[in-house]
Amino acid sequence: MPITYYITLSVVLFCIGVVGVLTRRNAIIIFMCVELMLNAVNLMLVAFSKMHNGNAIASAPNSTVGIDGQLFVFFIMVVAAAEVCVGLSIIVMMYRNTHSVDVNFLNRLKN
Amino acid sequence: MNTIILSAIFGVVMMFSGIFIHNRSAYKHIAAAALLVLLVFNVSEGNGFSLINVDVKYFLHFEKFGLLFNSICIFSTLVYVMLSGKEIEKVGNNVAESYALIFFVLCGVGIVTSYTNLLMLFIGIEVLSIPLYVLTGSDKRNLKGNEASLKYFLMGSFSTGILLMGIALLYGTAGTFLIEHNGTRMLSYLEALGLVLLFIALSFKVSAAPFHFWTPDVYDGAPAVFTSFMATVVKVAGFAAFIRLFEARTGTMGSQTDRLIGIVIVLTLAFGNLTAVFQQSVKRMLAYSSIAQAGFMMFAIFAVNDTAKEGLLLYAAAYCLSTIGIFAVLAKMEDMTLEGFNGLAKSQPLIAALVTIFFLSLAGIPLTAGFFAKYYMLAAMVKTGNYIGLVVIGVLFAAVSVYYYFKVIQAMYFKDGDIVLAPVTSGFKYLLLGVAVIIVVLGVYPNALLSLLYF
Repeated sequence: MPITYYITLSVVLFCIGVVGVLTRRNAIIIFMCVELMLNAVNLMLVAFSKMHNGNAIASAPNSTVGIDGQLFVFFIMVVAAAEVCVGLSIIVMMYRNTHSVDVNFLNRLKN
Repeated sequence: MNTIILSAIFGVVMMFSGIFIHNRSAYKHIAAAALLVLLVFNVSEGNGFSLINVDVKYFLHFEKFGLLFNSICIFSTLVYVMLSGKEIEKVGNNVAESYALIFFVLCGVGIVTSYTNLLMLFIGIEVLSIPLYVLTGSDKRNLKGNEASLKYFLMGSFSTGILLMGIALLYGTAGTFLIEHNGTRMLSYLEALGLVLLFIALSFKVSAAPFHFWTPDVYDGAPAVFTSFMATVVKVAGFAAFIRLFEARTGTMGSQTDRLIGIVIVLTLAFGNLTAVFQQSVKRMLAYSSIAQAGFMMFAIFAVNDTAKEGLLLYAAAYCLSTIGIFAVLAKMEDMTLEGFNGLAKSQPLIAALVTIFFLSLAGIPLTAGFFAKYYMLAAMVKTGNYIGLVVIGVLFAAVSVYYYFKVIQAMYFKDGDIVLAPVTSGFKYLLLGVAVIIVVLGVYPNALLSLLYF
């Protein structure tokens, strides 16, 4: 399959994530949209990694070019997990105080 | 490497000291001692001493600029801990953990000042940000703090997503995560888009307009002590990351991004300064002023030459020290509005005079470090030879900033009022005096700092 399919899919996923973050009001759904953005990036990195590897293998069969893209994906997963940890506890803390996870609450801060 | 390893270790040590030591005021001294050790080892790395010899080729590259930047950040944190230790104790139940998080942030600072690989940029930015989300919300019962923390977290992770997309696109075109890039060929569309996304994500982190909207709310909602840390050390570290990326990329970008950065500079300066004028709360005013100062630091990103790098170092030192000084006094106040400062000169003449020096430095009045910081930024801009109009705009907005900084000075000296200030020790006063002396010395003789870059 051509690389463009993968790029298109991950760009579409990424855009869904961005639109979700900007339009939804529920903190947890916003958070899920952020995760969607990160996973779109993961997909794209793996696709690019495979592409670079494929190009390199044509000339040198044992090439490991492009492996770093897949390694990056692991780092994104680890960091995303750490972020989930902190993020969910912040949301829980918020819920304990306001009994809501609606980010419209946040607008009070402006005054 | 010393900074990264040691600050991570000290972070863990601080966490454990929370279990074994129950004297709340002891943590401050442990943290200060650890920071001092960190500073010594960071400086000695510049002389070729490394704790552990690990091969970090293709990931990190330690050079004078990054190490000096680390030193400035560690020193500012040391001053911050010494000045505001009392206030940190008052926030939340877990004092030791707050210090631990501060050390983890410093670990992130060590990474973003020396990375040569986009992977390290990503990890550094995250190590820098995640502890801050926790610190912002560390006052669990305070609703404003909760909201600030949630907002900061959502915005921060959103910008991380954008950063990663930018990295992925750059990787797609170049096939490598190294920031150094050879050749002067034209940018492909994907690569240009990737760079713009990286630029947006980093602008989020340093709160440059139009990506600044979270800043006032977060800085205002967070406990004043932690605002002080966020607005200074973390912000200038963001700029270190910024300038490293753009320095490595100057060959390929050429003048294509100039207009974009120019627009961001003008917007940041305009928004930060003009909104700060109308603020009644000094804490909120400082939040907007930090946006305005970010606008000035963006000049270094535009110019990317030696003067710009020197200027950024000087700016980091001047801005960090003055803002930490002001916040240390502000955190002791009951009333953080402009009226709260009324009559400070009568009851605490020394502190009022020192705060005046800090505000003068922020405004960029000669004989303070802030003046030379701004001067170097504009000089770097003039050196590039194009977009001289931006220099004029910078000077005009610096003049605007004088207005709102002087409103506080006016309140301290020319208005009467009953000041409510938490008790200050003489040690606090001497330390504040020391910070003011450093600012004045840097304002008279900036080479005291800059010569460290070359020897």
